[in-house]
Amino acid sequence: MTHLTNLTLKIWRQSGPDDGGHFESYKVDEISDEASFLEMLDVLNERLINEGQEAVVFDHDCREGICGTCSLMIDGVAHGPQRGTATCQLHMRKFTSNVEIVVEPWRATGFPIIKDLMTDRAALDRIVEAGGYITAPTGGAPDANLIPVAKPVADAAMDAAECIGCGACVAACPNGAANLFTGAKITHLNLLPQGQAERFSRAEAMVEKMEEYFGSCTNHGECEAACPKSISIDVIALMNADYLKSKIKNRKSLSRT
Amino acid sequence: MAQAIQTRGPVTGSAAGPKKRRKFFLIDLYSTAVGKKYAMAISGIALMGYVIAHAIGNLKMYLGPEDINHYAEFLRELLVPLAPRTVVLWILRIGLLLMAILHIHAAYGLTLINRKARSVKYQSPRDYQVANFASRTMRWSGIIILLFVLWHLADLTWGFANAVGTDGTFHRGDAYGNVVRSFNRVPVAILYIVANIVLGIHLFHGAWSLFQSMGWNNPRFNKWRRGFATGFATLIVVINVSFPIAVLAGIVST
Ligand code: HEM
Ligand code: FES
Repeated sequence: MTHLTNLTLKIWRQSGPDDGGHFESYKVDEISDEASFLEMLDVLNERLINEGQEAVVFDHDCREGICGTCSLMIDGVAHGPQRGTATCQLHMRKFTSNVEIVVEPWRATGFPIIKDLMTDRAALDRIVEAGGYITAPTGGAPDANLIPVAKPVADAAMDAAECIGCGACVAACPNGAANLFTGAKITHLNLLPQGQAERFSRAEAMVEKMEEYFGSCTNHGECEAACPKSISIDVIALMNADYLKSKIKNRKSLSRT
Repeated sequence: MAQAIQTRGPVTGSAAGPKKRRKFFLIDLYSTAVGKKYAMAISGIALMGYVIAHAIGNLKMYLGPEDINHYAEFLRELLVPLAPRTVVLWILRIGLLLMAILHIHAAYGLTLINRKARSVKYQSPRDYQVANFASRTMRWSGIIILLFVLWHLADLTWGFANAVGTDGTFHRGDAYGNVVRSFNRVPVAILYIVANIVLGIHLFHGAWSLFQSMGWNNPRFNKWRRGFATGFATLIVVINVSFPIAVLAGIVST
């Protein structure tokens, strides 16, 4: 096990939503290269607490890349320098000694800062509530293989379903758009037979809820590069297509009622 | 700086919420960001169609004054005698103008939406991973193209910028001579070259981006989309830039 030495962390400190905030530099003299980025912050926080200072607030939960709670803009890249990796799975061996590492919270109007590096990402939940569900019969659990799904379709739906809802796509997007997130949620259900009943009400409602909070897509592709699950921007094209269809079809079904 | 923390509303399935009264379909669609991107892409495709037709038509410069001037006359006489002279040309011009207005209006609207979506900027430098120069300068390349188009019209359509700095005056109907006279002014030739390279940069991103905006995504042809955009942009730049160079080099002259 080797160690990194002499790191400078330039971390965004902000006491609350209404504070202007500022960067503050902290020295980390020595840290194991096997530590994760968040563990390094833990070590720093322990020291700060011992010194009677306030710990740096940051979001984390599972620390195994599946819950989507961690975040952080590390040296200007969402989730840091390693592709397809959430911050909690990023290890210090990806860095070198004697460097400065800049850590900033996600920045988007839809993600207001609660404190320091912690942001409120509830807007993503609002989008899911608008249509990220299916209608299922209650009663006895059906057999798993009752509804056949073609393998390529199942694979594509599962790729989209990998989204952990961390918001890195919004953070990375120069426009602060949530199209990759919403596209993934829509694609996941719209490809599967179980999702067909609400396919078009879902597309319309989720896109319009998304637009209440976030920007628009210029197809830069930054979201795909930042996504810890490497979800493809293909899901955005599918969302666009289904949104247009929904605008036509939903009018038709409306005129029948 | 202050951003409001959202209060969590009741958890409801809003897809089944109260029925909205719907606006006219196209207005309803255009009022959304995804709809504006459709408008962007469709008007972009129309402008691309114009740009390629314009470039190919202009290649007749290389066949000599009779050919290009005859072609210019042909455009005025499209569908004659079914339609009176210049009527079809005017319909095309108005359509083109509407497309340009739509394109610019949508770009403006999307820019405002995007500004609002990140009201507090990143305070440390971003390290972009894949966004390229073309995609990040669409607004600027677009504005340069707009200014260039205005100059281009003043120069070769209306003609008042054509006479400036030349010995002769603008001759309506002598497209060939007007072009040669204009491009013999070195700064003007350079302006045309630079502006068309900027157009190429705009198209390098736009002609790829439109597939995503239109929802045209299929594993069968996805790998061709980048090549199409690069090829289209290159073709436009090569053809359009060749004219000022040919005039400066004396290959095309009066
Ligand atoms: C007149 C001045 C122009 C302005 C101000 C302008 C501006 C823009 C902007 C800002 C975008 C990106 C919008 C976004 O995704 O947020 C864009 C996209 C595009 N532009 Fe232009 N543009 C202009 C002229 C042109 C011309 C002359 C052409 C074609 C020859 C063209 C073709 C395209 C295409 C194909 C796209 C892609 C649309 C999409 O992403 O779906 N533009 N334009
Ligand atoms: S903490 Fe759960 S994904 Fe990083």
